[in-house]
Amino acid sequence: MGKMKNIFAGSWGIIGVGIGIGILAPLLQKLGNPGNMGICVACFERDIAGALGLHRADVVQYIRPEIIGFVLGSLLAAYLFKEFRPRLGSAPIVRFFLGVFAMIGALVFLGCPWRAALRLAGGDGNAILGLLGLVFGVWIGTLFLKGGYNLGRTQKTHTAAGWMLPLLMAGLLGLLFVFPPIAGEAKSGVLFYSLKGPGSMHAPLFISLGVGLLIGFLAQRSRFCTMGAIRDFVLFRQTHLLSGFVALIVTAWIVNFLLGQFKPGFEGQPVAHTMQLWNFLGMALSGLAFCLAGGCPGRQLFLSGEGDGDAAVFVMGMIVGAGIAHNFGLASSPAGVGPYGIPALIIGFGVCLFIGFTMRQKIA
Amino acid sequence: MAKTIDARGLSCPQPVLMTLDGIKAGNDDELIVLVDSDASKENVSRAATSKGWMLAGISEESGVYRIAIRKG
Repeated sequence: MGKMKNIFAGSWGIIGVGIGIGILAPLLQKLGNPGNMGICVACFERDIAGALGLHRADVVQYIRPEIIGFVLGSLLAAYLFKEFRPRLGSAPIVRFFLGVFAMIGALVFLGCPWRAALRLAGGDGNAILGLLGLVFGVWIGTLFLKGGYNLGRTQKTHTAAGWMLPLLMAGLLGLLFVFPPIAGEAKSGVLFYSLKGPGSMHAPLFISLGVGLLIGFLAQRSRFCTMGAIRDFVLFRQTHLLSGFVALIVTAWIVNFLLGQFKPGFEGQPVAHTMQLWNFLGMALSGLAFCLAGGCPGRQLFLSGEGDGDAAVFVMGMIVGAGIAHNFGLASSPAGVGPYGIPALIIGFGVCLFIGFTMRQKIA
Repeated sequence: MAKTIDARGLSCPQPVLMTLDGIKAGNDDELIVLVDSDASKENVSRAATSKGWMLAGISEESGVYRIAIRKG
């Protein structure tokens, strides 16, 4: 199996995976996930942070099985196809902070690139500004890449080191089984649960987990990446990854339409606000951070499943970033940006530009 | 002896950028690119063929892919 040609590396492979995600995400929404949030990597990691009490925003607390599935599905695929390569050491602390600010930007917009696509496919016009911001942020990142920006080489490491994030995910799944939600209770054992708001809305556990595993598996094979889609087009005029991202949006739009979930407009969209400048700049900060870190939040999970310890550090940065965003009033709500969201964005841009300008390593 | 581009330990898009720089430099009709992930192997192959270069061969030794590309 290991040396079999990777059928997902071709054009139809990546388009097929985009179509698959475009079908599954709206179905997850139909089965209980929040509006235009069939899958949102940033929101779901934020919910995990809440369930663990890293922040106490009581409407966004749930151990999302989709995230666990993404990592473990990728791990499974990586082992089956002999692509599990434990590696780390490419400026992990920098990746941690990129993860923190990627999350802060995403929570100003209210979604990661995956959700920006799904919001658009659900008729949320505010997502257009988010997607434009994403393109802008990635474009800034490509200028750094052209100027020689890179975080240096990784090194091989112990197999067990590559297992750290998959083991954490398995542990979270264990907690979910040991401390399941109790009707009307905001806490079960060590886990916090939401009684209202997006955190209280979720598809049945095994369906969420199954879909997560399937997408994790397919995305590992196809290298699906929403940031890479834009980056490769801007840098090389290459449309390979972009075709998958576009396939996701078009398919999700059709499926939303069929399920009666397509509701065009700007006002009153689920878990969204209409402050367009901040929609744009929030996603721009995220896009820049993803570009500097080499992958969208989904791709970072899939890479973590393949044994990439640096991607795992980025994921931890995002989870911690979610805690920071909600504890200090940086995250937006449907009412608009949080009290300290705008200064946080400015600091985030400052940090990312500092990283972009200073980390140019001559590769011999 | 073809020029060797060592992109081991680097993740996307660095291996592709380095390969394209090598192609653009125009000094060589054949290049060897070393990468150590399957995604990089696919990306480098795709980038080279999109520039009209041919894949002359890919071999693997202890987790490192040696990709030989030749001007078409």
